[in-house]
Amino acid sequence: MNESKQAENKESLCLSGTNVTKIFGFGDNKTVAVDHVNFNFYKGEIISIVGESGSGKTTLSKMLLGLISVSEGDVYFQGQLRDIKSHKKKKEYWQGIQAIFQDPFSFYNVFRKIDSVLLDCINMRGGHSLSYAKKVEMMTEACSFVNLKFEELTNKYPFELSGGQMQRLMIARIFLLKPKILLADEPTSMIDACSRATILDMLLKLRDEINMTIIFITHDIGLAYFISDSVYIMEHGKFVEYGPADEVILHPKAEYTKRLISDVPKIHEEWDLSTV
Amino acid sequence: MKNQIRQIFHSSKFLGGFCVMIFLLLLMIVYPLFVTDDPLEMIGQGNFFKPGTYISVTDTVDTDTYTLKLDNVGARLESKISVEDRADMADWLEKFGGVGISQIDVTDAEGLIRLWEQYYSKDAAQDGLLISKKKYYARLDKKIDGILEDTDLKIAAEDPETGDISIAETIPANAYVNTKDIATKRTFILGTDNFGRDVLTELASATKTSLMIGLVAGAVATLIGLILGLLAGYVGGFVDDTIMFVTNLFTVIPSFVLLILISYSVGESARGVTLVATIIGLTSWPWTTRSVRSQVISLRNRDHVNLSKLSGHSLFRIILTDILPYLASYVVMALIVQISSGILSEAQLSMIGLGPATTKVSTLGLMMSWAMTYSAHLNGAWWAFLPVIFSIALISFSLNLMNIGLDQVFNPQLRD
Amino acid sequence: MGKVMLEVENLKTKYITRFGEDVYAVDGVSLKIEEGKSLGIAGESGCGKSTLALSLMGYYFSPLHYQSGIIKIDGKNISGMKPDEVRKSILGNEIAYIPQAAMNALNPTQKIISFIEDVIQAHEPRTSKIDIYDLARKRFEILGLDESVLQKHAVELSGGMKQRVVIAISTILSPKVLIADEPSSALDVTSQKMVIKMLRDMMEKGFIKSMIFITHELPLLYNVTDDIMVMYAGQIVEKGTAEQIVFDPIHPYSKGLMGSIIVPEAGLRDAKLTAIPGTPPNLKKPPKGCRFADRCKYAQPACMLHGIAETETDDHRMFRCYLSREQLKEGYEHERK
Repeated sequence: MNESKQAENKESLCLSGTNVTKIFGFGDNKTVAVDHVNFNFYKGEIISIVGESGSGKTTLSKMLLGLISVSEGDVYFQGQLRDIKSHKKKKEYWQGIQAIFQDPFSFYNVFRKIDSVLLDCINMRGGHSLSYAKKVEMMTEACSFVNLKFEELTNKYPFELSGGQMQRLMIARIFLLKPKILLADEPTSMIDACSRATILDMLLKLRDEINMTIIFITHDIGLAYFISDSVYIMEHGKFVEYGPADEVILHPKAEYTKRLISDVPKIHEEWDLSTV
Repeated sequence: MKNQIRQIFHSSKFLGGFCVMIFLLLLMIVYPLFVTDDPLEMIGQGNFFKPGTYISVTDTVDTDTYTLKLDNVGARLESKISVEDRADMADWLEKFGGVGISQIDVTDAEGLIRLWEQYYSKDAAQDGLLISKKKYYARLDKKIDGILEDTDLKIAAEDPETGDISIAETIPANAYVNTKDIATKRTFILGTDNFGRDVLTELASATKTSLMIGLVAGAVATLIGLILGLLAGYVGGFVDDTIMFVTNLFTVIPSFVLLILISYSVGESARGVTLVATIIGLTSWPWTTRSVRSQVISLRNRDHVNLSKLSGHSLFRIILTDILPYLASYVVMALIVQISSGILSEAQLSMIGLGPATTKVSTLGLMMSWAMTYSAHLNGAWWAFLPVIFSIALISFSLNLMNIGLDQVFNPQLRD
Repeated sequence: MGKVMLEVENLKTKYITRFGEDVYAVDGVSLKIEEGKSLGIAGESGCGKSTLALSLMGYYFSPLHYQSGIIKIDGKNISGMKPDEVRKSILGNEIAYIPQAAMNALNPTQKIISFIEDVIQAHEPRTSKIDIYDLARKRFEILGLDESVLQKHAVELSGGMKQRVVIAISTILSPKVLIADEPSSALDVTSQKMVIKMLRDMMEKGFIKSMIFITHELPLLYNVTDDIMVMYAGQIVEKGTAEQIVFDPIHPYSKGLMGSIIVPEAGLRDAKLTAIPGTPPNLKKPPKGCRFADRCKYAQPACMLHGIAETETDDHRMFRCYLSREQLKEGYEHERK
């Protein structure tokens, strides 16, 4: 970590953790999925967590979201120890942190209409008492933000949309929820390259609009480099290297990072096949 | 959802099973409308009359018509209404007719009937009365209807020459004909059983009862299995361990042995139809629990459940809106399997004499049991058990066919 | 100019849906691969890449049906052959095919060597097991796979290893054409690199005489193949060498695809990603005119009127656009400013 950031006071910390650990099973069957990791995520940044499959990045993301418990260590939300013991506290926490996931096809309950998904978001922001016309106006705004037409979506089921449209609807959801932190778990790995650009554009636009921190979880180191301010490289449940994106990607220090970067096919530089 | 229901009715297998089931249900509803006799009435005197046998209670070929003059109505009543009937009538009048116990004299048949005609109404509120009992009173009422009338009966006949209709004879109201002496002829399409009961009538009512048993057993088993499975799968941890421990315990002990032990210990006098059905349901839930649990576990970590959590929904709501709808098709299929196995369990239990101990209704299992006890198979009386076996097979077949049809709709991979 | 290994002329294949509609997923594709060359096919999901791969094998089963066109392998026409005949005489020794999830196709109860026995004995029933083992051992050694792998079961191998083993098994008869459909997409980057290295080794050693590589990952395609074809809605919109397609695309669709490349290199963060708006057309009712017209920035009213013919350029490239190369170039220049 560079000096200037450490000097900044606690105020600018958005999410941080000390010795965060997740252990599945016990005794001989024990698997340490996330192993005593420390991190400091600052407000307004885009942070990438990069790792191959099985590195524990999804487990970490679920812990950060509070969907699974933390075996050891503490997570601090906006400088304060996170408290998600009761359902009410969890609800409060989830107003501050939200997520979009990898597979748009499994993201929605197929028995619920799109309207109800969006209405949930308005209600969660305390919009219970708003008039229906006002709610419709808010939903229309959110949909138009992601280039969807609410009039065409209303009374439809999610599975009637294409994958790209569903992914955009996820972003519309975040637009309505306006969380402080957005955790994006491989949001583009299931879609092809040109739709990926659309989704990334929208995420960046959304960040500027509601000024949130984005934690971007991906296996694609190029994507992490493109989008993020700081990068955390994860291997076997540990952060092997972290820092500003330019520093980590262009001048990697850890062996693992070097290997990851050299294994990705490139365009302008030679892709050295002999190092396998 | 709508689309899926349409698909279900486009599946030939489901449709086939469904038609057979509807046919059976219609038969059970329509048959008693035409044949109103008590299914357990012993008509034929003697064992196992062949299908197609005619039975007349009294031979009337050589009997001349005669009338018998009786001096009062009361004497006629004495023989028409039994002592039990009278006690029952008095009972009804006291309970539902609002007649004081002092006003009723059971020995005075005429007075009792007058009271009855004054106070009895089929539509009166008869709280706490079984439906069968209500029907009994309605039958009784019909029997009594007009019994005290003194109007003469007039017999009309066509004049062969003029073609006019004129009164040929008048029978006084106090003339008495013993109805038991009038020949009644009946054909038994499927013959009679060992007690001389009409097998077809018995079968229709037995199928109904057996289906009821299956439905109750299936509903009980599915409900228990569903609730335990949901809890074990979704809550997990200690709850899961406990429920799975109990479930494994039940799985290890053969459920039929358990069924026998429970049925036996309940005692013969207490084993009614509903109780047996409930016992069957109580011993067959582990299978549903296990499969619901495994489904829930795979659903629990789906993204849409996570989304629901992140939207701040409560545990109850998540189970209700995000887990249950995904399970619905599965649960329906489990229910169908449980119904069909419930019917079979009842048949098995009855075969070894531990089924519903009842003389009021028959079940498919009981019919088999009777046929076996009275060696129908040795006497060559195939009609006493083959139709029953066929009926059981047809029910199981239609239910399983429906199940396969549903399976193919819900798991498109199985479609051919 | 080398010997032509695979030649396809105006191939058309269609899916017949349950409702009897025809969907032309490959609509008039022509291509040619010379010995020792590899051809990449790029495009969005749903553009017909995988269908083209299946069609090229000449092995059709419902709902995919052959419509018209010629497929020649080393001069021998295989179009119109019966599926059974194709399976016996073409698959394996003339054409080999590796789908994306190939590694899951290995029966977990069989040893690797028995798959190789199956493949060889299907074509040469009299080959003895010892000869087969010898051949397999030598082949595995050259490809950098351990001999012990032959005696293992599929479950004992990692995902990347399984994929490499599958490739080695399906090319054991040294086919003339290898069709690889996203062979490395489901793998980690390290395993992907191993698979690519092995494919390249096999090309160099002559185990496969030519290769068609299908993927939507352009940086990978650029590094693996000599030529690239860009496919859109069942048609080829542009053809050229990898260098040309990646750095100097002619067609607006290729241009859009190239603008979405993300690789961890200096300067990436300054580049602007371009996204192509909209979705590909429904192939049940393809547009009458240019299929890309409704998503194209440079579309003219004339584009919608009738089908667009292919244009050959002086430097042996092909593209399918109403506008000329110069007009398009001008448009891109203008866009940049």
